[in-house]
Amino acid sequence: MPTKIEKDAVTGKETTGHEWDGIKELNTPLPKWWLYILYATIAWSVVWAILYPSFPGLSGHWRGTTGWTQRTAIAEQMRAVDAERAPMLERIRSAGLEELRRDPDLLQYAMAGGRVAFADNCAACHGAGGEGRPGGFPSLADDSWIWGGTLEDIHTTILHGIRNTQDPDARMSMMPAYGQILSRQEIDDVAEHVLSFTGRSTNAESAARGATIYADQCVACHGEKGEGVREQGGPALNDAIWLYGGSKREITAQIANPRMGVMPPWQGRLDEATIRMLTVYVHTLGGGE
Amino acid sequence: MLRHATIERNVILLAVLTLITVSIGGIVQIVPLFTIETTIERVAGIRPYTPLELAGRNIYLREGCYACHSQMIRPFRDELERYGHYSLAAESMYDRPFQWGSKRTGPDLARVGGKYSNEWHLQHFIDPRSVVPESVMPPYGFLLRPLRTDDITSHLRALQRLGVPYTDAMIANAAADLRAQADPDADHSGLLERYPKAPTGAFDGNPGRVTEMDAIIAYMQMLGTLVDFADVTPEAVRQ
Repeated sequence: MPTKIEKDAVTGKETTGHEWDGIKELNTPLPKWWLYILYATIAWSVVWAILYPSFPGLSGHWRGTTGWTQRTAIAEQMRAVDAERAPMLERIRSAGLEELRRDPDLLQYAMAGGRVAFADNCAACHGAGGEGRPGGFPSLADDSWIWGGTLEDIHTTILHGIRNTQDPDARMSMMPAYGQILSRQEIDDVAEHVLSFTGRSTNAESAARGATIYADQCVACHGEKGEGVREQGGPALNDAIWLYGGSKREITAQIANPRMGVMPPWQGRLDEATIRMLTVYVHTLGGGE
Repeated sequence: MLRHATIERNVILLAVLTLITVSIGGIVQIVPLFTIETTIERVAGIRPYTPLELAGRNIYLREGCYACHSQMIRPFRDELERYGHYSLAAESMYDRPFQWGSKRTGPDLARVGGKYSNEWHLQHFIDPRSVVPESVMPPYGFLLRPLRTDDITSHLRALQRLGVPYTDAMIANAAADLRAQADPDADHSGLLERYPKAPTGAFDGNPGRVTEMDAIIAYMQMLGTLVDFADVTPEAVRQ
């Protein structure tokens, strides 16, 4: 404890007055500017705590004299954003899908909005450019459509999705597992017939047998010539586009124990204007009808 | 006035004054906690995790998914536009520990539920780059191994003791609910009565067995789906 503050003879500075066995300590206080800034921040923290929500109390917390909360702040910001977009989005909502595609102003806006929404929501399955991904995620950039490629069709698909459990209006179709219905030979024959649509059959006899079974079992959803039936969501089998691979082995596996794609419904998650912008955007990706 | 020298030389006086000082500090810190209940928000729809979701959450923690993925949408415009409504503290009320954070290598997962199909999740877990070419996520195909289920009742009971409102019926049916959720053909009425909005199905594509993949995808598919934000306003969640 300080007993005797004295001037140090060598440096001319004052000592702290502490002494331990003859050892004394020079007093080097904090710089004044530093100290005042510290005091200023302490004073400011008190002001801050009064202006803004800060301290818990007996009933609720101190809400601050400004009444500021981050929730109302973001709500106000989003309201301002919405108000800015409202005239354009209102036109997009009320215009027919075809009109949306014809009007250059609306189209430009919808394409910009659709591109962003697509990257956020659709690209994970359909690829950044709508090119599709292996494993049953179809390309949107070609003119082969499973459930239809008109604006109306695309709009419905985005709204309700495909084979999901969340939306009762989802597009729905189920391919039976023919592994439990047909024999191995019969499945092999059908696969051979399917290959013949693209001229790849190597066993005409087997393909002919398969044609009979195909006519009984497959025509309703995949069409007579394998052209696909959109009302059933039966994909075309007569082109080079295959969801789960086009080799005989892969076709056989798909007949025996089919995999079927699921798409979630987007109404509810996205608003109607965004879904319409997406519709137009997807329509322009490649093969819009 | 009391001199410092006097206090330091009187041990009783020093002890009494120390005690008073510590008490003041303690009161300032502790008393506000007595009324902490008044600051806790609640929001309709939040329920405890189903046994399968809880198992998935445990895998999420085990694998350190939180190192790259947050579950907290902050109230900023860019996050709202991308992810949806900002997260409420009440949405994590049964999380121990919560998965908040703002450090993201991958995207925020607070509302990923229902955004992608089970098939997508499965393929993405097995080979992330097959669906997202620019992804840096490691593959998790090894999760296709059987899920350990014998300890699920204990997990529920432990959380119940910590205040999560698992009912006795929930604990009694834990193992059965776990299996039912991963089986598309099972009777889901009991499960859905105990845990509304629980996603069901063969999450890993194989209804025959319950894998860790089933659990983690079930957890992914329920994230952020419990609260219907159509009728939640910031004012409504005030305590």
